Amino acid sequence: MTGRDRPLPYRTVALLLIALFALAGSQGRPALAAPLIADLSNHLIAITTGFAGTDVLMFGATDGPGDIIVTVRGPLTDVSVRRKERVAGIWVNRDSLTFGLVPSFYAVASSRPVEELLTPELLQRQQVGESNLALIRPEAKPTKVEEFRQALLRVKEEQGLYSPTLGKVSFLGNQLFRTELRFPSNVPIGSYLVEVMLIRDGKLVSAQTTPLVISKTGVGAEIFQFAHTQSLAYGISAVLAALLLGWFAYLIFRKI
Amino acid sequence: MQIYLPIAEMSLDIFLLLALGTGVGFLSGMFGVGGGFLLTPLLILIGVPPAVAVATQANQVVASSVSGVLGHWRRDNVDFKMGFVLLIGGFVGSTAGVALFGLLRRLGQIDLVIGLLYVVLLGLIGALMMIESLGSILRRRHRAVAPRKLHQHIWLHGLPFKMRFRKSRLYISALLPLVVGFFVGIVSALMGVGGAFILVPAMIYILGMPTMVVVGTSLFQIIFVAANVTLLQSVQNQTVDVVLALVLTVGGVVGAQIGSRVVAKLPADQIRVLLAALVLVVGAVLAWELVATPESIYSIALVGEPR
Repeated sequence: MTGRDRPLPYRTVALLLIALFALAGSQGRPALAAPLIADLSNHLIAITTGFAGTDVLMFGATDGPGDIIVTVRGPLTDVSVRRKERVAGIWVNRDSLTFGLVPSFYAVASSRPVEELLTPELLQRQQVGESNLALIRPEAKPTKVEEFRQALLRVKEEQGLYSPTLGKVSFLGNQLFRTELRFPSNVPIGSYLVEVMLIRDGKLVSAQTTPLVISKTGVGAEIFQFAHTQSLAYGISAVLAALLLGWFAYLIFRKI
Repeated sequence: MQIYLPIAEMSLDIFLLLALGTGVGFLSGMFGVGGGFLLTPLLILIGVPPAVAVATQANQVVASSVSGVLGHWRRDNVDFKMGFVLLIGGFVGSTAGVALFGLLRRLGQIDLVIGLLYVVLLGLIGALMMIESLGSILRRRHRAVAPRKLHQHIWLHGLPFKMRFRKSRLYISALLPLVVGFFVGIVSALMGVGGAFILVPAMIYILGMPTMVVVGTSLFQIIFVAANVTLLQSVQNQTVDVVLALVLTVGGVVGAQIGSRVVAKLPADQIRVLLAALVLVVGAVLAWELVATPESIYSIALVGEPR
């Protein structure tokens, strides 16, 4: 049950609605009250036993020409970055630095390369691009912090949770836009924020934030929940189950 | 067919897991070892996070020990008094072991410690088994039989707090089984094994127990130590995966029953050579993982819950 299974009806209906909206607007005065309206085809991604990643469609309309930047940020956590060193022939984790407010997932899509749209200061303020993420940096030598920060981004990219390439936002005409947001199978659960920005002449004209929830469902989710919220009861159940299973095995095989 | 393991947060082939459980259970039925010392590293090799493999294995050990001890109990081969004394040491040891496990995990060194312990112990046990089994093959060829005492008296047996263990026909200091139980408890918590492969030699050579009651008694105490480890790992580290444990146990008990029936029909010392070779190979693979240059020298770990 993912976006991949049934995106088409959603997508068509949504696009049609927006198209109608825009058409109505183009005949008289601008129909859009806000300069920017955007939404997702799906606000809840359910991770089930067979989850293999999914696409979510982001679509919207602007009140005139301009460019769009979309950022997706997963739940924020503290992350330790560890570096292995060879000690007496064995690879051992030695140095470690902890960064704060690290998005567990991060992706950017835009209609043109972001450097052409906004000044470096604005990119940084809006946290557009991996290197502009507002991480809380640990206190250490700046060169070391920078080295570990680069490593953090690289590992996240290897895990497929940060995307080094820019996603494509495409315009239909000059008011309707859409983009596919790709979520891999190992996407972390939690509350995501999808931020859409309308840029015109190097200025941020309007921005809108849409929430997206990714959660586990089914038996696996319940077991995980049980283990983490009532860990004592979980442990007791695990032991009891093992005792019973062992006893049954004895009874069955004694007869054979 | 893939099965999603909710605590390990990954999918694995259910038939691969069943085959692993059956294969290791088969060996354990043949050789009377728990099999955990082979299964845990195999799980790590197929990608299960070491912390989950270790904690889950403890849960699986509970089930396999129960089915084993019931059989020994029926044949009256369990020294409960000795078992309880070992158990007290085992409880303290395993509690300390799980705390140590959590500490090492926070320090980011748990994978290294598990890896090192396995390499050292697999290497040692593999080598000892190899020497012992090759020796017995040679002895059989040469027909040299050395007379042996029931058990040797060494200085350890002169310690205070003496206790009588009727079933084991022993009168020794209670400190000995307490200390032995303590160390096996620590190893059990850190490595996710029952510890039979350490406990059994210790009971024979340090405590001087008769071989008849050793296996049943060691299984008896391992049930409780492994149950304690499972409980503590669940509470402190949330790393026990019941789905994984269930699949492995089903394979394991079936394999153990087949193994114990097959072993009667095969030349034991030659098979011990093969097992020794297998143990050494697993140890060597794990040793290679420790010394080979990793693909990336950086790794990341989440700290605390998402905000």
